[in-house]
Amino acid sequence: MDINKAAYRDEAHELLSQLEISLLELEERPDDPELIGRIFRSMHTIKGSGSMFGFEGVAEFTHELETVFELIRNGKIHVSKELINVSLLARDQILLMIDSDNDLELLGTSASKKIIEDIWDLVPRDIREEGSGETEFFEHETDLQSKDVFDEHVYWIRFRPNPDLFYFGTNPILLLDEIKTLGECAVIADTRNIPPIRAINPEKCYTGWEIFLKTTCSVNIIREIFLFVEGDGIVDIRRIPHEPDSKNLSEIEPMKELIESLKILSDESLARFIEAPSSFPELFKAEESKKRAVIDAMDTTEAPVVEEPEPYEQHPVETRPFSLKDDFTATSSIRVASDKLDALLNLVGELVTVQARLNQVQSTKNDPEITSIAEEVERLTSELRENTMNIRMLPIGTIFNKFKRLVRDLSRELNKEVSLITEGSDTELDKTVIEKLNDPLIHIIRNSMDHGIESVNTRKALGKPQKGVIKLSASHSGTSVLIRIADDGAGVDPEAVRSKAVKNGFINETDVLTDKEIVRIIFAPGFSTVNKISDVSGRGVGMDVVKRSIEGLRGVVDISSEKGKGTTITLQLPLTLAIIEGLLVRIGEGFFVIPVSAVEECVELNEADADRARRRCMIDLRGDIIPFLDLRAMFNISGRAPSIEPVVIAEAYGDKLGFGVDHVIGHHQTVLKSLGAVYKDIKGVSGATILGDGTVALILDVPQLVKTVSNEYSSLSQAERSY
Amino acid sequence: MNKTIMTVDDSASVRQMVSFTLQGAGHVVIEAVDGVDALSKLQGSKVNMVITDLNMPNMDGIELIRKLRADPLYKFIPIIMLSTESQAAKKEEGKSAGATGWIVKPFKPKQLLAVVKKVLG
Repeated sequence: MDINKAAYRDEAHELLSQLEISLLELEERPDDPELIGRIFRSMHTIKGSGSMFGFEGVAEFTHELETVFELIRNGKIHVSKELINVSLLARDQILLMIDSDNDLELLGTSASKKIIEDIWDLVPRDIREEGSGETEFFEHETDLQSKDVFDEHVYWIRFRPNPDLFYFGTNPILLLDEIKTLGECAVIADTRNIPPIRAINPEKCYTGWEIFLKTTCSVNIIREIFLFVEGDGIVDIRRIPHEPDSKNLSEIEPMKELIESLKILSDESLARFIEAPSSFPELFKAEESKKRAVIDAMDTTEAPVVEEPEPYEQHPVETRPFSLKDDFTATSSIRVASDKLDALLNLVGELVTVQARLNQVQSTKNDPEITSIAEEVERLTSELRENTMNIRMLPIGTIFNKFKRLVRDLSRELNKEVSLITEGSDTELDKTVIEKLNDPLIHIIRNSMDHGIESVNTRKALGKPQKGVIKLSASHSGTSVLIRIADDGAGVDPEAVRSKAVKNGFINETDVLTDKEIVRIIFAPGFSTVNKISDVSGRGVGMDVVKRSIEGLRGVVDISSEKGKGTTITLQLPLTLAIIEGLLVRIGEGFFVIPVSAVEECVELNEADADRARRRCMIDLRGDIIPFLDLRAMFNISGRAPSIEPVVIAEAYGDKLGFGVDHVIGHHQTVLKSLGAVYKDIKGVSGATILGDGTVALILDVPQLVKTVSNEYSSLSQAERSY
Repeated sequence: MNKTIMTVDDSASVRQMVSFTLQGAGHVVIEAVDGVDALSKLQGSKVNMVITDLNMPNMDGIELIRKLRADPLYKFIPIIMLSTESQAAKKEEGKSAGATGWIVKPFKPKQLLAVVKKVLG
């Protein structure tokens, strides 16, 4: 039963988040019957399944909520803001109950009671009576297993099913079989209603049955067998009072009736039957064989009557290959614990490393057979990798939806009017990335709500629409995903940031900074422009934490803001975390990997150009001057550069940077390994990977390098300017 | 005896419980999430029995029962409805659509098997 409980928890979580979304939508479209239906169904399933898997408290609590929504569904009461508020609270309470070990205990708490009271308070008194009386959900504690033992009795059951019985998928024979399990019994078919063969509709049931049953079960148990057919046909169950005195036989009404209606049992048989009920099966056997002889005789005599046999039409029977197993047992989706996926990804990572080794060996062996195997393995590995990555992809909408609730709750708290618009919620991202995005996004949205969007009065005074808008959008851009959080609030005031930054010593009074650079200061640790610390934000731990966690995901944060118009924060994130496509390069004895996503192109410099590039730290790329980084010098590698020096041009933040290397080896599937705590602060390197022969290659952190270089470059150019 | 039984329910946990129980009894189980899904998964193949929830999105159980009964292939198969509704009205509606019988939620695996045995033998 435990796996069922776990499945229920998973499902309930899903239903509850759907419920939350639907409730928020309901606030905007309170009269949408489809939406109300969806909400009702969610509650219904939570309740129904909850009670099945032992969540009685959840079921009972949800039942109250469902009853109220049934009234809404029937148009008896209308949706109000208060109702949504309480419903959302109730939804949170259900979540709490589902996650707790003892949901019944939580049901008894004052919090639960208050929610139920509050929600019923919203229902007018006259309707309330009606709503609570209609369903009696928690009454059926009937235990089917308690077959009370009664004295042995003989029952006479008359069963005349509805002629349309077959259309309900009922097989009367099975009912008779079931009766037989209760005790000794004899069954007589009443075939008198069967019309002549030409008038027979084979889809109808003309036969009735008389059943004699000797059992210790109660009438209710017998009745239960006929539960599904009782409403449509005749099911008459009578107990035959056990009278040992055969003389009274004719006075027993049912017996008389029986004799009349069946004319099968002789008086003698009946007398014996009443005398010794236990012997009646044998009795009936004799009678039945007599009857069968009659029926057989009838069949043979009836047959010639059919003069014109209808032409025998050959119905082409649809010969569909019976392939149920293949078609159906595979369900459309399955649930897998996420750590299994993590384990799978690790294994794929190992496999990629081994495959690289195989490639290495293959290249030295020069054996066509090994080469072909290596190629095959390479192809399969990369397919496996792609597939594994795909499995881990989730639509970002899964977290977007949470923010609707966040924005709603915060608007109430801050007394502002804000609506959240989401776009591109089907954009897929690695599960781990999505999980780690949650907190940074909450921070950013809280900031937007608190500092960005102005109060209703201010907005009115500024001539802005009363309701502020936060737009959350996601889109693909090459191998990364862009997430934008844009608000139409006050924007960042560069002057305010500047004076605050000077006051707190982040920059010097004399520093010359563009507005963009000033705005970026808000990502500095400990920086906050707000004097008053609110509950929502302003402790100065916000934006730098955001920046760090996004960079931890190998992502990039950027901000742009216009005073009075609003702020846009852009997060650029890699699609996946664990394995990337890299460009493998060599400098001296050392190997380096540059993520292909950042590589723009490769060019070559002759010796004279390369010397000039090294001296000036920049190269001329078809007329564009871009910074040049001599990796040999940077990593202190001895030896001389080759006469023709390859340069890898990479891009980040819209700025280009050239890397001078010795040799570009080529494409490499790179399994990212972190360098460990000791090396975590090293600038310019984001991790390492293991090559086929076991050599370690460092992975260059292109965004970081671009930033360092462009800072140097701008300070250099400033210095030059000051001359 | 192996029978093929389709379970239609929008609740994954109920589907799991029904499948698990019936598979344990040696049946082959086809799962569907609502009426539309059920019909598309059947597409004229043979099933011995259908167990369906009533409250479902897209196509509810009543509608599904009607559609199945209209198809000569499924005219006579047992169809059991799962229902939390204690109101007789819903049950009647299901009955008149052609349901064989019903199981009231919450039910235990034992009860489910008893009903399956009752209508399938």
